[in-house]
Amino acid sequence: MGDFLQVLGEYDIAGAYWFNVKLAFFSGIFSLVLGTILALMRISPLPSLQWAGATYVNLVRNIPLTVVMMFAAFALWPQLGVTFSENLDQNFFWLAVWALSVYTASFVCESIRSGVNTVPVGQAEAARAIGLSFLPAARLVILPQAFRGSIAPLGNTFIALIKNTTVASAISVADISLVMKYMVDQHGNYVIPIFLTVAAGFVIIVIPVGLVVTLLSQRLAVAR
Amino acid sequence: MSAQSVLFDAPGPRARRRMLLGNIVGALVVVLIGVFVVYQMHAHDQLTAEKWAPMIEGRTWIYYFLPGLQNTLVAAAYSIVLALVFGLVFGVGRLSSNRLIRWFCGVVVEFFRAVPVLIMMIGGWIFCAQVLRLDPALSPLLGVIIGLTLYNGSVIAELVRSGVHGLPKGQREAGLAIGMTRGQSIRSIELPQALMAMLPALVSQFVVVLKDSALGAIITYNELLRSARLIGADAPFPVLQSFFVIAIIYIVLNAILSWIAGKVARRIGGRTSGKVGGGTVKGGINGAVSVRAIQKSEMGQV
Repeated sequence: MGDFLQVLGEYDIAGAYWFNVKLAFFSGIFSLVLGTILALMRISPLPSLQWAGATYVNLVRNIPLTVVMMFAAFALWPQLGVTFSENLDQNFFWLAVWALSVYTASFVCESIRSGVNTVPVGQAEAARAIGLSFLPAARLVILPQAFRGSIAPLGNTFIALIKNTTVASAISVADISLVMKYMVDQHGNYVIPIFLTVAAGFVIIVIPVGLVVTLLSQRLAVAR
Repeated sequence: MSAQSVLFDAPGPRARRRMLLGNIVGALVVVLIGVFVVYQMHAHDQLTAEKWAPMIEGRTWIYYFLPGLQNTLVAAAYSIVLALVFGLVFGVGRLSSNRLIRWFCGVVVEFFRAVPVLIMMIGGWIFCAQVLRLDPALSPLLGVIIGLTLYNGSVIAELVRSGVHGLPKGQREAGLAIGMTRGQSIRSIELPQALMAMLPALVSQFVVVLKDSALGAIITYNELLRSARLIGADAPFPVLQSFFVIAIIYIVLNAILSWIAGKVARRIGGRTSGKVGGGTVKGGINGAVSVRAIQKSEMGQV
């Protein structure tokens, strides 16, 4: 046990987790913005935008994240010359954020859309019936309910994003899975305790987020 | 789409004119973005025949894409079967009347759902290679299978549990009324119906397995993604092009699976008293058995 703790001490585990948290934070923001735009496109009455949004979602959702991630590192940057930073480490970090955001946005879009879909047509009809026009009806009646309905799927998408940040190790961002790879490479006999330690970190991060999401979605649920 | 009917009325003449204008502007913006992307590809020499030619050569397919695809499918097939077994065992375990078994299965399932698949793959890979001292060539495959099985098995266990909970309680009461024990009623009445109801969700889960098998490239398993990288590593370095090809392969495979899920959902409606979550792959959700399962399984899709 003491030996194992010594092995753990050789690596900057907290720093590695910090990378995952940063990746989740930035990708969360960008995917929320992009996903909201896509959702607006898909629920707009304009066929061209609907089509574009649907095509994006259906294509990106079916491509593995690892493919998107490696595409960013091996095609987007070296072949197409998209550079986020002169610093190599920084550049890979932002390429990973790009991949995570582009991928997660399709799920954010679907989460928001499923929230809109939970609002019964009767609500819109009732809003019309009491004389509200389009904007007030959307602002006062439909969007508040849609927002509440999308909390649970959005929360689950965010939890999945947190776990997906480990895929950044595919392009050598020094996140926890890359550090774990180094650890088990050098100390193969400790693979089980190392796995349990790293996994425990995710349990500690993910389960509270899950509890908050469940609590929020229950508290804000629209009683029907 | 109900979204439309919720937000918008049927348009009048003025609204229709505005929509036509908006539609044209929207189409122009989309086309402009497309043109920009294609122009950038041209500007960076990505549209040359030299780079695309390897994609249609038989050699590339015979030595790279097809073996890669085969390895992807092999890993996915093993994982799906084992995940099913794992899911059934732990799903039924969570329904057990013994509190200890229920608690144990609950902890196992929640644990493996919270841990990223890649972490489990790396653990399984090194465990096979360094602790069990298995063939180094075999360990990456085993790592992929272990990771996919543990994660997707846990998701399937949740599906089993919510499938049984989603049945009308009259089913269980009827079983008990004709003198069955709780276990007998689960085995011969509730589980078969729950499995029927979760079939579409199960097929949708295969999409997740197939997608996540690409993580194998990180632990040196020679699947589709890794073969694409190898193609891109040689002159004329067609990285973008080979990624383009495998993206299409993944999309087509997943579209087929989603189509099957939808087909299955429509066919089995009459064979269960549970709610069939009609392979709602279109809705972005693993067609699921209950709202709870929908919310939970969505984690899987991502």
